[in-house]
Amino acid sequence: MLQHMRRMTLHRWLGIVIKEFIQLKRDRLTFGMILGIPIIQLMIFGFAINSDPKHLPTVVLLNESSAFTRDYVSAMRNSDYFDLLGTANTESEADNLLERGDVQFVVTFPLDFERKLIRGERPEILVQADATDPVAAAGALSVLNHIGNEVFTQDMPGFRPPASGSLIDLRVHKLYNPEGITAYNIVPGLIGVILTMTMVLMTGLAMTRERERGTFENLLATPATPMEVMTGKLVPYILIGLIQVTVILILARFVFHVPMLGSLWLLYGVVLVFILANLALGITFSSIARNQLQAMQMTFFFFLPSILLSGFMFPFRGMPQWAQVIGNALPLTHFLQLVRGILLKGNGLGLMFHHIWPLLLFIVVVLGVGLKTFRRTLD
Amino acid sequence: MNLAIDVRGINKHFGDKHVVKDLSLQVREGEIYGFLGPNGSGKTTSIRMICGLLTPDSGEGTCLGYDVLNDNVEIKKYVGYMTQKFSLWDDLTIAENLDFVARMFGMQQRKKAVDQALDELGLSARRNQLAGTLSGGWKQRLSLASCLLHNPKLLLLDEPTAGVDPKARRDFWEEIHRLSSAGITILVTTHYMDEAERCHRLAYIAYGNLLANGTADEIVAAQKLETWVVSGAGVHSQVTALRVLPSVEQVTTFGTALHVSGRDGGTMGAAISQFCAAHSLKAELGNSSLEDAFIHLMRNTRDQFEE
Repeated sequence: MLQHMRRMTLHRWLGIVIKEFIQLKRDRLTFGMILGIPIIQLMIFGFAINSDPKHLPTVVLLNESSAFTRDYVSAMRNSDYFDLLGTANTESEADNLLERGDVQFVVTFPLDFERKLIRGERPEILVQADATDPVAAAGALSVLNHIGNEVFTQDMPGFRPPASGSLIDLRVHKLYNPEGITAYNIVPGLIGVILTMTMVLMTGLAMTRERERGTFENLLATPATPMEVMTGKLVPYILIGLIQVTVILILARFVFHVPMLGSLWLLYGVVLVFILANLALGITFSSIARNQLQAMQMTFFFFLPSILLSGFMFPFRGMPQWAQVIGNALPLTHFLQLVRGILLKGNGLGLMFHHIWPLLLFIVVVLGVGLKTFRRTLD
Repeated sequence: MNLAIDVRGINKHFGDKHVVKDLSLQVREGEIYGFLGPNGSGKTTSIRMICGLLTPDSGEGTCLGYDVLNDNVEIKKYVGYMTQKFSLWDDLTIAENLDFVARMFGMQQRKKAVDQALDELGLSARRNQLAGTLSGGWKQRLSLASCLLHNPKLLLLDEPTAGVDPKARRDFWEEIHRLSSAGITILVTTHYMDEAERCHRLAYIAYGNLLANGTADEIVAAQKLETWVVSGAGVHSQVTALRVLPSVEQVTTFGTALHVSGRDGGTMGAAISQFCAAHSLKAELGNSSLEDAFIHLMRNTRDQFEE
């Protein structure tokens, strides 16, 4: 017993403290992460994330143009919650914009709006909201009601809102997720998050493991080409990714009852592209990193903005422009649009190409960097 | 006589470190060529350049008739390279490792070759054992077997016997000689003198420079060393005193005796005789060994390059 209670000496203890500091200083990447992560987190949380997003893209469908509609629209603009991209000419044009995810809202004014308003007949204003992300739309919708009374009582002094409280009948259609169930938004998104984490990490470790254990030298001594090694190493992970997606989809369907409106084939096709994008990144990390720890740190460094800036956790449209630019460079951002589009909106390929080509571009660029840094020799 | 390796003026830098300087190396077909030198002298780098794992910064030459600068893919097909550190996959079984290597070399009758290799190794019964669980000696034999799988014409062995027991080392060298008589050229690096003496020819490299090459006898003779063997009671306490005698260049302990060497035999001999008489030690003129020659080379080059 006494043997285990040997006295703790200051100089031994100090020796260990100093050694840790020296080793930490030598490990540049870890040191960078220690400083970098809090800064990045602070910037993202502090400036980019906004759970009450404003400036949501909106189009107006005017079946009648009058002073009232113009005032209403300009009041929307002044509220800061809406970015009016213009007016749609037909209903199908407006629907198309919603499906593509280009706009969050379509506001439709009916015929006879002015007449009904003056007569106190509470004309309808139809608001179609993309509710795939229920959080994003909430703030803006609450503002619309308020605007109505304010604008129209100003336009017509002496005009009092009726006892029911509103001059207009605001009909809100929450599309794609009418009950505002968060799981419908989160669960498909999780496919992307889980794939990002596992695919990048596992492939990131694949090559560094060989290098760390010394087996890489053996591999290089054989006539194997970089392309054979890189792509050959990816195949098992593609399979793992597809299995993961299948498991999540089964749970999503039977446990969370997430609607699956679109084609599963198309979904798997998109998933495959997304897996490839992540694998390309992982294998590139792995040819840049010197050891497994570094590959892991790089993955983590990439994972953080992927979660926070992709629209997975917080509304994408709530972020300032610079954060959206970063977000658009991340595969997860586009994949979220794709997977929500297919599952919740039932979108076909035609409506989604503007989210597919960024993924393809990402693969080409990242793999190009990877092949360039992959060393056929040990130089 | 055909040369398996013929490189001239090879240079390699890592950053601002000049690791290999103007290396020229000629290895004849079928011979066992020993490659010696202190740690960090550029042996491994040289081997890696010969088999195409590193690209020389400058220089020219051929390996098995292929250009070392441009044909490294061809060279890899005919070279077996055994790395200094065990570099097979710990988490694959013995058989899986061999099978993988055979696939990498695109071998036709893979299964047969693997079975045969396992038989020759005497590892058929343990074919499903993970390679990582093998002892040092077995790992070394497995590595050698995997290098030989694709019937290479040239074997490059980088300190193959480091950390291996004497019996296994002897067996290993018997195998090397058997391969050599079958016509395979072997370039082997080592720190052991007994192993160096088993090579047909040797090269000595230090600080990136090739300092000597030839047979063991030629290298010893070229140093023009005279070595006295000093023995007797209390001889080991006299090392410092012997070292400062006129013309003595090195004093090395060999068991119970000391080897005292220098190039100026006359002056040194007289000084030693006088010293030994005074301290009642026995001194006789011996043969300079390969080790004496190498230590001499190492000491001289250190003086030359480190300052």
